[in-house]
Amino acid sequence: MKKLLTAAASIALVSALSVSAMAADKLKVGFIYIGPPGDHGWTYQHDQGRQAIDARLGDQVETVFVENVPEGPDAERTITRLARQGAGLIFTTSFGYMDPTLKVAAKFPDVKFEHATGYKRADNVSTYSSRFYEGRYVIGQIAAKTSKSGVAGYIGSFPIPEVVRGINAFLLGAQTVNPDFKLKVVWVNSWFDPGREADAAKVLISQGADIITQHTDSTAAVQVAEEQGVHAFGQASDMAAFAPNALLTSIIDNWSDYYIARTQAVLDGTWVSTDTFGGMDANMVNMGPFINMPADVKAMAEATAAAIKAGELHPFTGPVYKQDGSLAAAEGEVVDLGSLLGMDWYVQGVDDQL
Amino acid sequence: MSPYEAILLTIITASTPLLLAAIGELVVERSGVLNLGIEGMMVMGAVCGFAAAHVSGSAWLGVIAAIVAGIAMSLLFGLLTQTLITNQVATGLSITLLGLGLSGLIGSGFVGLPGVQLANVSIPWLSDLPYVGRLIFGQDPLVYISIALTVAVAYVLSRTRIGLIIRAVGQSHDSAHALGYRVVAVRYACIAFGGATSGLAGAYLSLVYTPQWIENMTAGRGWIALALVVFSTWLPGRLAAGAYLFGGVWILGLYAQAMGMGIPSQLLSSLPYVVTIVALVIISTNRRLSVINTPASLGQGFVPDR
Repeated sequence: MKKLLTAAASIALVSALSVSAMAADKLKVGFIYIGPPGDHGWTYQHDQGRQAIDARLGDQVETVFVENVPEGPDAERTITRLARQGAGLIFTTSFGYMDPTLKVAAKFPDVKFEHATGYKRADNVSTYSSRFYEGRYVIGQIAAKTSKSGVAGYIGSFPIPEVVRGINAFLLGAQTVNPDFKLKVVWVNSWFDPGREADAAKVLISQGADIITQHTDSTAAVQVAEEQGVHAFGQASDMAAFAPNALLTSIIDNWSDYYIARTQAVLDGTWVSTDTFGGMDANMVNMGPFINMPADVKAMAEATAAAIKAGELHPFTGPVYKQDGSLAAAEGEVVDLGSLLGMDWYVQGVDDQL
Repeated sequence: MSPYEAILLTIITASTPLLLAAIGELVVERSGVLNLGIEGMMVMGAVCGFAAAHVSGSAWLGVIAAIVAGIAMSLLFGLLTQTLITNQVATGLSITLLGLGLSGLIGSGFVGLPGVQLANVSIPWLSDLPYVGRLIFGQDPLVYISIALTVAVAYVLSRTRIGLIIRAVGQSHDSAHALGYRVVAVRYACIAFGGATSGLAGAYLSLVYTPQWIENMTAGRGWIALALVVFSTWLPGRLAAGAYLFGGVWILGLYAQAMGMGIPSQLLSSLPYVVTIVALVIISTNRRLSVINTPASLGQGFVPDR
């Protein structure tokens, strides 16, 4: 009898929910993408997150996206359009959308905004980012173990803290294996220009780098690595299909859990402006399969990733020296969060100047 | 491979699409037609080339498809500007916009698929020569085609009767018409040639440079090609020099970064544009030569007066 009552109550609850969902319009969730969802990198993973919302909350939510939105004035216009069209929650998924997002948010106080990888918030603007640098530390170790020349090449997009942090974490990881490991950096001043990314990879390889890693969004660089017989790492998404022999592993961004949680919060009316900086522990950064490497390298990488996930290891644990020789974190200390988020200095050993 | 070889190889790859697109436009403009649709024809060439190569598995079929796509787009431009006498600037711009949109639509099913790469030429013994083997005998076929086209265009324009007719049509379409030349037919042929090389340039991007289809992958290269034509004062030799200068400065900028010379990357990124414009302006200061080569009827529609 008690069971029957509970069942009846839950049926009543479910029907009440569906009635309210039908009564109110579906929540519209908008996404602004910097590239095409088919880049198989950064935007692809965000779009996977969007699809996860559809799969989980599709009966209460409708998602829309705009792709290839340039950072700058165009972004402001596009975000405004989404807000006008009745989106209740808008994810802007690139660093350069920061100021446009805040401007539009000021005009639409009832719309909730979520800006990826930025550092400016408002009452209706949350920021979220992943600790990609945890993955960079792991691939740095793999690079130093795998490299014969002791030189890796790093293709950067723009010299912003997020990218600089990744470069530093990569080299700190590499230095735990080989203290003399060298890192060459080339900036292509674009998030997405396959031709330039490929050129940069070729240049770095001809300069002696036998490991290529990139903080740009296309698969061009790993394809060049495959062609020229050096090793590479996938960025943002598993890129093994594009470089089956060259790829060692990929750093995979996982936005699905976060996107579902935030959308649910808006549905429940519990959304507040927050700042999320999730890493491996929060399942926001994952490592792809470790391939094309000997068992001992794989074991080391797995152990490091597990230690980071468990919170036992922080990539920026001292002693960390800046490029100019000054101490950023003493033995046993960790570089503080403020310096991490606004990182505008290289660690010792980077063959480049900011 | 020695470092200097690697540098030169990368420069050639970066310059070839510019040269291919620009050499066709040079002929088009010599015949008195201004086609601003290079970017659109190029991106259509890129997507059709990739799609055909991916479906058939043959890179050469892709190259042919790219040429056909480029010609198709250019004939649309020809129909509008030569037969219907629309404004050439506006029509060219709309061809670019159409190409960018249409290519995205055609290519939506091909994004992220692994591509087919056009294999490099390999001549036994010769391609293995030290220092110059890869450089002279081991490039991809389109590099040789781009150089052959440049030489052929230079020869035809300056040394043959066909070249004389093309130039006459470009200089004064009324005079050429009075002499009995079929102005519109000549221009159609030149426009189609321009479409073919633009399509080929697109194929270079999606079959050689980065063998994959990515929306908007031309990334403004059509506009650079267009600028090169004007700054070269419509001379094929200078055009080739300009294209290689642009590619060279761009690649050397990347090298300067990789070597850690501490020059701001933003400055290096803008350098190819600055250097190419300055160099071509300096070599174009010979006013007499510039005036002689500028097609006097450039951009004007021609209506036969019977």
